[in-house]
Amino acid sequence: MAPAEPILQVRDLVKHFPLTQGILFKRQIGAIKAVDGVSFDLHRGETLGVVGESGCGKSTLAKVMMALERPTSGSVMVNGKDITKAKGAELKRMRRNIQMVMQDPYTSLNPRMTVGDIIGEPFEIHSEVVPKGDRRKRVQELLDVVGLNPDHINRYPHQFSGGQRQRIGIARGLALQPEIIICDEPVSALDVSIQAQVMNLLDRLQKEFNLAYIFIAHDLSVVRHISDRVAVMYLGKIVELGGDNQIYERPSHPYTQALLSAVPVPNPEGREARQRIILQGDPPSPANPPSGCRFRTRCWKAQDICAKEEPLLQIRPGTDHPSACHFAEALDVVHSQS
Amino acid sequence: MSDPSVTQDLIHGGEGPAASVVSASNKPRSLWQDTWDILRHRKIFWISLIMLILFLLMAAFPSLFTHKNPDYATLAKSMEPPSGEAWFGYDLQGRDVFARTIYGARTSIIVGVLATLLTVVLGGIAGVLAAYYARWVDSVLSRIGEIFLGVPYVLGAIIILGTVAPAQSSPDRVTIMAVVIIVLAVLGWPILMRIARSSVIQAKHQDYVQAARALGAGPFRIIFKHLLPNSLAPILVYATITIGSYIGAEATLSLLGIGLREPVISWGIAIADHTSYIRTGAHAMLFPAAFLSLCVLTFVMLGEAVRDALDPKLR
Repeated sequence: MAPAEPILQVRDLVKHFPLTQGILFKRQIGAIKAVDGVSFDLHRGETLGVVGESGCGKSTLAKVMMALERPTSGSVMVNGKDITKAKGAELKRMRRNIQMVMQDPYTSLNPRMTVGDIIGEPFEIHSEVVPKGDRRKRVQELLDVVGLNPDHINRYPHQFSGGQRQRIGIARGLALQPEIIICDEPVSALDVSIQAQVMNLLDRLQKEFNLAYIFIAHDLSVVRHISDRVAVMYLGKIVELGGDNQIYERPSHPYTQALLSAVPVPNPEGREARQRIILQGDPPSPANPPSGCRFRTRCWKAQDICAKEEPLLQIRPGTDHPSACHFAEALDVVHSQS
Repeated sequence: MSDPSVTQDLIHGGEGPAASVVSASNKPRSLWQDTWDILRHRKIFWISLIMLILFLLMAAFPSLFTHKNPDYATLAKSMEPPSGEAWFGYDLQGRDVFARTIYGARTSIIVGVLATLLTVVLGGIAGVLAAYYARWVDSVLSRIGEIFLGVPYVLGAIIILGTVAPAQSSPDRVTIMAVVIIVLAVLGWPILMRIARSSVIQAKHQDYVQAARALGAGPFRIIFKHLLPNSLAPILVYATITIGSYIGAEATLSLLGIGLREPVISWGIAIADHTSYIRTGAHAMLFPAAFLSLCVLTFVMLGEAVRDALDPKLR
């Protein structure tokens, strides 16, 4: 599952939020380094999972890729064109190709618009996509595609449950028939049983429309279920990138190993066999990250070199996928059969 | 979610009780259509609407309600209490209080409504711009607002009105009304700007605004489709209260002799003229004051009904 042409290329993406002081004349006293040099490719029809703990820059990454925030530097090439530098009509045209499903289904839908207006809004903004007379029919088709009753077109968001609302959000994202959908924690606000329904819907839609997903989450099992490749983020950087089996069965970065060792194991027998890696302390502040390797302050393998030299994301001896650790070493922490 | 009908997540979930208001008909609907549907079924809306129409009729065609001349004075009848001949009695100058109260509606309502409209337009635009564009636009507009807010209301009005229309001058009806309206709005817009600004900022950080931006929506669509409908409620409520307080403020300025003045007839002037006679002839002040309160109540009730109907969650 790796077609040749990447439809999304992210290169050295950096987003710093300035920290300012002063009432009228603001001066910069520092910067939150939310995303600090992220690069990856996304291919047609592929799902790239992005995992990491809260505050590691996942959502900022999504916002920059959607051109909702301007990056400090770096580029996001959608079909060969840089969306971060596009403006006006060109940016509007490019947005048809890259859409987003938001995290919280309770705040992502305007409470004063009917479902028909919400899903129909993309057609009003991009009026050239569907002629006016056909829009209502298209909206009902979209409702049907995401498994909602097309007759509910005149209802308001508050008349739906969380899972149904998320389906409405997905229908809105699908309306312009994009090739890329960025899902920013699309199931983390839902009950587990509803999570599965929404995941299966996303899976089905991917096959039906040949969509490429960037699937951001903090739930490792959810990401494994849907992803072809997985990127692990820590403090604004990707520390490990590989196929889902490579990441889950042969993680080589200590942070990934620690994350995976924390995944709950439903089988009590397997639970005894696995080793838990408990990390010490909290993630350092993104305003003032550690020198060299950003994970060194919590890493049990840290040596002098880790403080001096920043490890690059590259394939290292003994590993089969890129890892940003000087002492990368494959280690099966989950001991799963699959 | 307190609504029991929405807990079902079945595909093609059945009709819940919540669906009864908005039927599953296939007709496209808009926010205003739904609002009207709700309003039609509210008793308080009809009561306040009938009262509003009465007041507006009074303002437009006072001769429908009384055939007496409000300016005809018989000094011999000064402060005579209500009787069959004059329902509300006579005022200090011996003029019919009922006729003067009816004729006063026009000025009071025009001043209250126009000053409020001007305040909402000025403050609303400033507030939306400050909240939407933030950064230096917000800083500049907020500081300007604070300058106006820092001037005590009555002092500001005395300074402006004392310069434009000093007490000894006798400007014509339209000029003095226009000046009073502008003074009220100029001194009042910063409060509305703050209300509009804070509720738009609140709406702006909602995910649905981000979603609209991600779809490529321009500032016009975001402001009018997403921000305004979701921040209208506090503005509307404040505006209806403001109509009443402006009618009162107009009375205050009249009392100080710098606002509306003879020969203009207004509730404010009637109240101001007779406050010192409250023990000997309360009727001359109480009837205009009662009309003022009723009028304010009408606007407040109407505003509340509209606000409730605009919020789909309260349906």
